[in-house]
Amino acid sequence: MSSKTYYDPADLKKFGDIAEWNDDLAKRFFDWYNAVFEEGSLSAREKSLIALAVAHTVQCPYCIDAYTVDGMKRGISEEEMMEALHVAGAIRGGASLVHGVQMMNKAKKLGM
Amino acid sequence: MMIKSLKAQNHRLASTEEQLQFLNNGIFASGDHEKFEIYLQRNERFPLRPAQLEILQVNVGYMCNQTCKHCHVDAGPDRKEIMTRETMELCLDVLEKNQIPTLDITGGAPEMNPDFRWFVEEAHKRGVQEIIVRSNLTILLANPKYHDLPEFFAQHGIRVVSSLPYYRRNKTDRQRGNGVFDKSIEALQRLNEKGYGKPGSGLILDLVYNPSGAFLPGDQMQLELDFKQALKKDFDVSFSNLFTITNLPISRFLDYLIVSENYEDYMDRLITAFNPSAIDGVMCRNTISVDWQGHMYDCDFNQMLEIKTSPAAGQHISEFDLKKLTNRAIRTDQHCFGCTAGAGSSCQGTVA
Ligand code: SF4
Ligand code: SF4
Repeated sequence: MSSKTYYDPADLKKFGDIAEWNDDLAKRFFDWYNAVFEEGSLSAREKSLIALAVAHTVQCPYCIDAYTVDGMKRGISEEEMMEALHVAGAIRGGASLVHGVQMMNKAKKLGM
Repeated sequence: MMIKSLKAQNHRLASTEEQLQFLNNGIFASGDHEKFEIYLQRNERFPLRPAQLEILQVNVGYMCNQTCKHCHVDAGPDRKEIMTRETMELCLDVLEKNQIPTLDITGGAPEMNPDFRWFVEEAHKRGVQEIIVRSNLTILLANPKYHDLPEFFAQHGIRVVSSLPYYRRNKTDRQRGNGVFDKSIEALQRLNEKGYGKPGSGLILDLVYNPSGAFLPGDQMQLELDFKQALKKDFDVSFSNLFTITNLPISRFLDYLIVSENYEDYMDRLITAFNPSAIDGVMCRNTISVDWQGHMYDCDFNQMLEIKTSPAAGQHISEFDLKKLTNRAIRTDQHCFGCTAGAGSSCQGTVA
């Protein structure tokens, strides 16, 4: 059986390689990226939890991997990580359901 | 149920040759990864040389009342190796004659050595500037004969350095055994009662944090803040400093890495995080480590791998010669990547 899949955990380490085909934009991206995660009005810890939640929402396995490790390094507990995920999940679910109003509006308008 | 030490299990990793074989022939055998020596060479630091000797770290025995999963000593209740008073005498002479400022007593649980108190008292009498005891905390409650240790520590101005993997129960207990967290907190409270970790008391109580798994420790300052806030709020416990320490891939932690299939990724993480500015602060540069039989090593980790100080520098405390030791080459191997990863790691925590 082939072990090839679309995602390879080893690719995460090669993230920096995207600079190979456009150094300038990659540099600007990484500078901005790093600045985003610095201690600011939000703590780096809070940002790490936000990143973890968002990673699940965009379903990026690389980011899930990276921000789970980051959270553990920071001493963020499993419970805190799971709560952050539920927040992401709640927004995701709510975002689908709230469009139900649009559906209802349309259906009511079309119906007699 | 108490887990057994690797030694008592006759585990293959109880053999230090096996460990070194594995470390050198695992991911380094393919040639995809360069060895630690090459990293030192590239930074013009090979062979690694010592700085001024400041600490004599004496391991008074591998016996311990706990069997923590990550223990790099492979300590436990089934380990019987114990330092005699004669060997302690030799250590005391060395401390005195060479004006070494710090005696760092470790184990196992050093308090379980029957001559532990004698050793501390003698060192105190002979004017050793700083005496450190690495206490696992729970030993202070393990048996009534240890209950007065906080007082004993305070009387002799001992600096107590204690490991507490986390400020919450579950993570600590997972690494160190069920019930360890609650007992550790009670022991910390007893130390606090004697003035330990209280500002102005002069009695220092440091905590050691090491990650409960296959990842590197985070920022030491931030973790210290988190620990201080949580321990104060939840248990009214205070302490002086938090030191973050990286788990080195030896002994029981190595076994854990292999069994949990984390070994390659962990080594990779250590190597990728190699930080040249951590080289200066690694503990082998200002420390000599002595085992229960009096053999000398560049550090506690080398002791556990039975890599003695270079033969030219002398290998037993009875042949201690400061000049020879100062001129020695420190013996490094692949486990050393743990000391130079990220912010670096030593007995005093972060170094870079
Ligand atoms: S308390 Fe320390 S010496 Fe004892 S088993 Fe745990 S890590 Fe090892
Ligand atoms: S493991 Fe020991 S010899 Fe190697 S760098 Fe760390 S302190 Fe030095």
